[in-house]
Amino acid sequence: MVDQNKGYVVFTQEMKRTHTILVPNMLPMHFQMIGRVLERVGYKVELLETSGPQIAETGLKYVHNDTCYPAILVIGQFIHALQSGTYDPDRVALILFQTGGGCRASNYIHLLRKALEKAGLGHVPVISLSMAGLEKHPGFQLTLPLVMKMMYGVLYGDLLMTLVNQCKPYEVEKGSAQALADRWTRQLAGELTARSAGGYRRVKANYRRILDQFAAIPMERRDTLKVGVVGEIFVKYSPLGNNNLEQFLVDEGAEVVIPGLMDFCLYCVYNNMLDHQLYGMQKLSQPAYRAAYQYLVGKERDMIAAIAAHGRFTPPTLFTRTVSLVQGTISMGVKMGEGWLLTAEMLELADKGVGNIVCTQPFGCLPNHICGKGMMKPIKEKNPAINIVAIDYDAGATRVNQENRLKLMLANARQAAREPEPAGSRRVSGSAL
Amino acid sequence: MTHTGLSLGIDIGSTTAKAVLVEDGRILYEKYQRHFSQVRQKTLELLEEAAEAAGDRPFTAAISGSAGLGLAESAGVPFVQEVFATGEVVRALEPDASAVVELGGEDAKIIFFDGGIDERMNGSCAGGTGAFIDQMATLLGLTADELDALSLESTRLYPIASRCGVFAKTDIQPLLNQGAKHADVAASIYQAVVNQTIAGLAQGRRITGKVLFLGGPLYYCKGLRRRFQETLGLTDDQAVFPDYGRFAVAMGASLYARSAGEEYTMDRLREKIAHSSAVRDAANLLPPLFASEADYAAFRARHAAATVAEEDLAAYKGSAWLGIDCGSTTTKAALLGEDRQLLYTYYSSNRGNPVEIVREQLETIYGLCGDRVRIRGSAVTGYGEELIRAAFGVDRGVVETIAHYTAAKHFCPEVDFILDIGGQDIKCFKIKNGAIDSIMLNEACSSGCGSFIETFARSMGYDVAEFARKGLQAAAPVNLGSRCTVFMNSSVKQSQKDGATVEDISAGLSVSVVKNAIYKVIRAGSADELGRRVVVQGGTFYNDAVLRAFEMELGREVIRPAIAGLMGAYGAALYAMDLEESALISPEKLGSFTHAARAAVCQGCANHCRLTVNSFGGSKKYISGNQCQKGLGLANAQELPNLYAWKRDALTSLRPGAEIRGSVGLPLSLGMYELLPLWHAFFTRLGFRVEVSGLSSRRVYEKGQFSIPSDTACYPAKIMHGHMEVLLERGVDAIFYPSLTYNVDERGGDNHYNCPVVAYYAELLRGNMDDLAQTRFLYPFLNINNRRELARELFACLHPVFPDVTKKEIRQAVDHAFAAYEAHMTAVRRQGEAAAAWARAHGKRIMILAGRPYHIDPEIGHGIDKLAASLDFVVVSEDSVCHLADPAPVHVLNQWTYHARLYRAARYACQHSDVQLVQLVSFGCGVDAITTDEVRRILEEAGKLYTQIKIDEITNLGAVKIRLRSLIGALEEKGV
Repeated sequence: MVDQNKGYVVFTQEMKRTHTILVPNMLPMHFQMIGRVLERVGYKVELLETSGPQIAETGLKYVHNDTCYPAILVIGQFIHALQSGTYDPDRVALILFQTGGGCRASNYIHLLRKALEKAGLGHVPVISLSMAGLEKHPGFQLTLPLVMKMMYGVLYGDLLMTLVNQCKPYEVEKGSAQALADRWTRQLAGELTARSAGGYRRVKANYRRILDQFAAIPMERRDTLKVGVVGEIFVKYSPLGNNNLEQFLVDEGAEVVIPGLMDFCLYCVYNNMLDHQLYGMQKLSQPAYRAAYQYLVGKERDMIAAIAAHGRFTPPTLFTRTVSLVQGTISMGVKMGEGWLLTAEMLELADKGVGNIVCTQPFGCLPNHICGKGMMKPIKEKNPAINIVAIDYDAGATRVNQENRLKLMLANARQAAREPEPAGSRRVSGSAL
Repeated sequence: MTHTGLSLGIDIGSTTAKAVLVEDGRILYEKYQRHFSQVRQKTLELLEEAAEAAGDRPFTAAISGSAGLGLAESAGVPFVQEVFATGEVVRALEPDASAVVELGGEDAKIIFFDGGIDERMNGSCAGGTGAFIDQMATLLGLTADELDALSLESTRLYPIASRCGVFAKTDIQPLLNQGAKHADVAASIYQAVVNQTIAGLAQGRRITGKVLFLGGPLYYCKGLRRRFQETLGLTDDQAVFPDYGRFAVAMGASLYARSAGEEYTMDRLREKIAHSSAVRDAANLLPPLFASEADYAAFRARHAAATVAEEDLAAYKGSAWLGIDCGSTTTKAALLGEDRQLLYTYYSSNRGNPVEIVREQLETIYGLCGDRVRIRGSAVTGYGEELIRAAFGVDRGVVETIAHYTAAKHFCPEVDFILDIGGQDIKCFKIKNGAIDSIMLNEACSSGCGSFIETFARSMGYDVAEFARKGLQAAAPVNLGSRCTVFMNSSVKQSQKDGATVEDISAGLSVSVVKNAIYKVIRAGSADELGRRVVVQGGTFYNDAVLRAFEMELGREVIRPAIAGLMGAYGAALYAMDLEESALISPEKLGSFTHAARAAVCQGCANHCRLTVNSFGGSKKYISGNQCQKGLGLANAQELPNLYAWKRDALTSLRPGAEIRGSVGLPLSLGMYELLPLWHAFFTRLGFRVEVSGLSSRRVYEKGQFSIPSDTACYPAKIMHGHMEVLLERGVDAIFYPSLTYNVDERGGDNHYNCPVVAYYAELLRGNMDDLAQTRFLYPFLNINNRRELARELFACLHPVFPDVTKKEIRQAVDHAFAAYEAHMTAVRRQGEAAAAWARAHGKRIMILAGRPYHIDPEIGHGIDKLAASLDFVVVSEDSVCHLADPAPVHVLNQWTYHARLYRAARYACQHSDVQLVQLVSFGCGVDAITTDEVRRILEEAGKLYTQIKIDEITNLGAVKIRLRSLIGALEEKGV
C-alpha cells in the first residue's frame, strides 16, 4: 500500500471512484463551496462537522501532546470519524492543506500519517492539497479551472462571512443572517458546479443580489463594540479551535470583524515574490506568481468595490492597503506561519477604527511569539488607544480562563467607548469611595 | 427610589472569597476567607454576616473574581472583571500611582497607568501566585506564615524556575534533599514569584514610580514584599502596600455596583444566589469507576493477592538487609530478612529534611534489632542517594530504575512493563528479554503525579485518603482531560462552576493522572504497546481510584503490589542482599551524628557553581550543586574528549581584530552559535573590531529579562535579550544578528529552513528593546546559500551605515567568511571522528548529545556535557558525527537544517553499538514535538535506547543524572 519510493499511501485514480474524501471544516461556508466544487469533478467529498471534547481527546491520544493545538484537533477529528463506524476505513481518504512553510504546520500531514499508523489505520490515504506541489497523487490533481472555482468559493465565503458578522448583532430575528448565508452557500455551491456557470459577470451580479438581500434583513440599532479577531489561521476561524469565540463575542454585544481567507491566500503568493526580492530565489516562477497575484488582487478589489458601491456595509480592507500598513513595524521577510500578515491585520483593524482586538494563537505557537505577542509593543506605540488581548488555545486551556481575559478586554473597550479621551492620557475617575 | 450609597462588592477568587460593604466611602463590613471551592455556600455565609451591617436597607451589588463569573451569570447579578475592578479602585484612591502589581490565588496582574493604561494578566501557563506559594510551603512542611517568617532570615538566594509550580518544585526538591537552609529556600521561592511576575507580565515595560502592591499574598507575606521592593529598586515611598490590599477587587466591585444600578435587599440577593444553579454538560462526564459495591469488593480481593511475606522485627533473629529510597517528596525504608520477608517498613513525607528522617529511622531500627539482628548490607536509591550514602555510610547506591525493576521482578518475574507514579515523577520502563529496553520519564512541565492529587485534596479541605475514597463513589466523574497542574486548576474551577461534586472531581483527577501517564509520558496509542504483564507501583497507586482508572483506560488488569509505595526501598534491599558485611554507621556513631549545611561558591572555573556543603561531624562531607568534579577538590583524573567543550573553546578563542572601520557586536545565542566563525571572519576582514557577547550565564539572562514579551518562548531565545544588553554596555557601533529564513543547505532534506524563532527573533528584539536605539541594530534578511546574492544583500545593509564599504570588499569578505566557516565545520567533523576513535581505542562509551548548536552554551545546556563526561562518556555533538551517516528517508517533513542533523546522528547511533544518543530539548521548542518522536522511532526501530532531556531556564541536574545513570544501568544489563 505504501509507495516505497514516496513513503506514503498514494491516492490512486481508482480511488477517485471508490473513496470518500473527508475534509476538516475550518470555515463552514468556504469549505462547503470548495467541497462541492470537488464533487463536481468527480470526487466524493464529505465535510466533517463533528465537535465536542472527544475530538481533542482523540487527538491527544495519537499526536505528541506538545504539538500545536490545530494539529491535535484536525487529526483528532479525522481519527474520531474513522473510529466512529460511520465510514468504511477501506473506502475513505483524508485531505489536508500543506503550505510548505517553515513552521510546524507543514508537518501536520506527516503527523496525521503517524497517528493513523498508531491507530491501525495506516492504509488510509492522505492527500496533500498544496500549491507548492509537495506530494504527487495521481488520483488527485488540481487543474486551473478547478483552482479558479475554489477561488470563487473563497471570495463568496469571505463576502458572506463579512455580511453575517455585520448583521448578527443587530438582526431583529435571531439567526436570520446566518440562515440567509446558508441559503446562499447552497445556491452558490450549486452555481459554481453548474456546467454553465455564467462567467465572472454572474459572480458580480451575485455580489449585488447578496448585498441587497442582506440589507433587507430587519435590523435594529443597538450599542455594540467592534471587536477584531486575528491570529493563527485555524484557531482564528474554527469554532472548534477557539471555543466558539465569535458566538461568545456576539453574546457579549460585540460586532465581530474577521479578516477574510483571501488575505491569507494572497499572503502565500506574495511570499513567493518576496523570496525573489529578498533572496534572489525562484527566479523562473516569478512571472507566474506576479500574474497570480495581480489576478487575485483584482478579484478581491472587485468584491470590495461591490460592497463599497452598495453602501450599506463596511467593506474589508484591500490587501494592497494592508501591505502598506505593515511597513516599518515588521519586515515582510517574516513569512512563517501567519508571519507579517498577523501583525498587518492588527494594524489594519486599528486603521479602520477597530481598536479592540483578540489575537488568537495555539499555546506555544512559534511564529506568533514574534508576529503576535512580539509585535504588541510596537503596535501599541503606534496606536496608543489600541486594546489587544492575546488568548492561547490549547487542549489544556479552559474556557473560564479565556473568557475572563476576554471580559477584561471588553470591560476596557466599554470604558473607552463611554469616555472618549485623547490617546495616551490618564483617566481619573471622578467618583471616590 | 432613594439611593443610599450603600453598595456591596463580592470578590470570589480561585481560593478565597472577599466581601466589602461600603457606604459613602466608609467600609461598614469586610471579610476575607478561603472558600475551599464551595463558592455558593461561602458566598451565602458572607452575605449572612454582611446582612447584620446592612440591616434591612437596600443596596447595590456586584460580583467579581475568576470563580465569581459563573456564579454571577447563573444568579443574574452584575459582574465586573477583576483587573478592571482593581483599575477603577486605584484610579479613585491613588490617582498618582504609576503601576499596580496584584497577586491572587492563581492569577497575577499588572496595571500600568503612565503613558496609556495597560492592564495585563498572566496567560494560561504561569505559576508564581498564591497557590504556588501555598504548594511550596507544603513541600517544606511549613505553614504559609512560617515560610514568610523564615524567608526574612535568608542569607542567600538560589535560582528557582518560576515558569510554573511543577517546574519550581523540581528545583526546590533537590535543594532540600541536598540540605539547603529552609530560610534561603523560602526567600528564593519568593524571588521566583517576583521573577515570574516581571518576566511574564512586564513584557518590556519597566515597573517604576509609585507602585501599589495588592492581593492576599502581598498583604500577608512580608518577605515577598521585600523581594519585590528590592528587585524593582523601589524606595519605601514608591512601594505602597495599602491596608485595603486584600479587598481592592471587592472595593472595585462595589464601585461598579453603584454604576450598574440595580438595588437589592439582602433577602432577595441571598435568594438569587441560593437558587442559581448550573446545568452539567453531559458530554463531559465519564462512566463511574465502579458500577456497584460488589465490583469494588472483587477489585480489592484481586489486588490483595499481590503481597510480600512479613515478620515481626521484634521477634526475628538473624541477618537483615536495609533498603532506603530517598525520593523527591517521601523517604521510604525496608528491612528484609533472610527469606526476603519484610521485617520493618517506613513511608513518610521527608518534610524537607531527609537526613534527619533517615537518622531517626536508623535509630528506631537499631533499637528494634537489639543484639538479635545483624544488618549485613544496605543500599540507597532515589534523589537523595548520594547525600544519604555519604551521611550514613550506606554500602551501595543504586539507580532508581534498577531498584524498581528488581522489586517488580519479585512480584512478576516475566514483567513487560513497569509504571511507577510517585510524588513527583512518573517512570515507565519497558522490559524486553530480561533487560530494561526503554525508559520514559515525565517532563518537568507535565507531572500529574501523586503530589498533584494531594494538593488538590488539600485545597478542597480533605486529606488524600479520604479524597480518594470519595472518588470511588463518584456517580459521574468529570472529564478533566490530561494536562499539567497549572491548567488543571482552571479545569477544576470550571467543573465546579458546572456543579460537579467533590466525588466527581476526585475521580476525574484520578483519570487525568492516568491519561497524563499513558498519553503524555508513555505516548502509547493502545494497551498492547505496554505489553501483557504490567506492574504498577509508587505511592500514587495506593489510591484505588487511580488504580481502577488505569485498568479502565488500559482495558486490562494489572498487578499492584501491596507495597506499591515501598518498591524502591524493597528493590534496594534486594540489591544489597549479596553483601555479607556492612559499613553502615554504627549505633554508637549514630548517637553522636550531626549534620550541618552551608552554601558556597565554587572557584574551580568561570562557571562558579553554587555549592551546598553538607558536613556530618568530623571530616565527613558531601558537596552538591557542582556541574563537574572540580568542586569536589578532584580534577578529572582523565579528561575525556568532549565535543561540547571543544566547540566552546573554538568559539571563545575567536579574538577581535584591529578596529579600522568601527566595532560590530555579535550576540552569542540561537543561530549565532552556528555561524559565529562566518560572521566573525566577515567583519574582521572588513576591518571591524568584532565584539562577541560571550557565553551566557544566569546574570546575562537577568540583564535582559525585563524586555521579554512572550514568556513561553524557549530559553535560548529569551537569553538573547541579555546578550543584546551586554553588547550595548560595551558600546559597539552596530549589533548584527541577521534574519535567516533559510539556513545552510546541507542537502539530503526536503528543505533547509531555520525554525521561526531562530529566523526572526531579531524582529522581536527590535520591537521590544528600546535601548537598541542607542546603537545600530542590523538584522538584514539574507540568503546564506548564494554568495553573490549574499554579497549584494550585505552591501545593501552595510553601505548606508558605513558608507566607505565597497562592494568588492564585501565580496572578498564573504569568500573569506565562508572559508572560515567551512574550516570550522570541517574541524568539528574531524574532532567528532577523532573523539569516536579515541573512545574505541580506550573502550569508552560514546554519547551523542544531540541538540542544536546553541545547546553547547553552559547556561542553556546547564553543563550536561560535563555531567556525561563525569559518567565516563565521550561526548560528541550531533553536528560532529551526522556526516558519518547517510541521510535516510524519515517519516516527517525534513525541512529544518539543524533538525536534519538529528535524524542523521540518530542513524549513526543505530549503526554502532557503542554509541548512544541523548536528545536535548529546550522547553517551549515546538519543533521538537516533531523531532523527538521521529528520533525515538529511528533509534527504537534499531533496538537502541532513546533518552530525552528537557531543559529550561533552570534544570535540576540531579534528575538528569538519574536519567543518564539509568541509561548506563540499562546498557549494562543488556551487556552493551
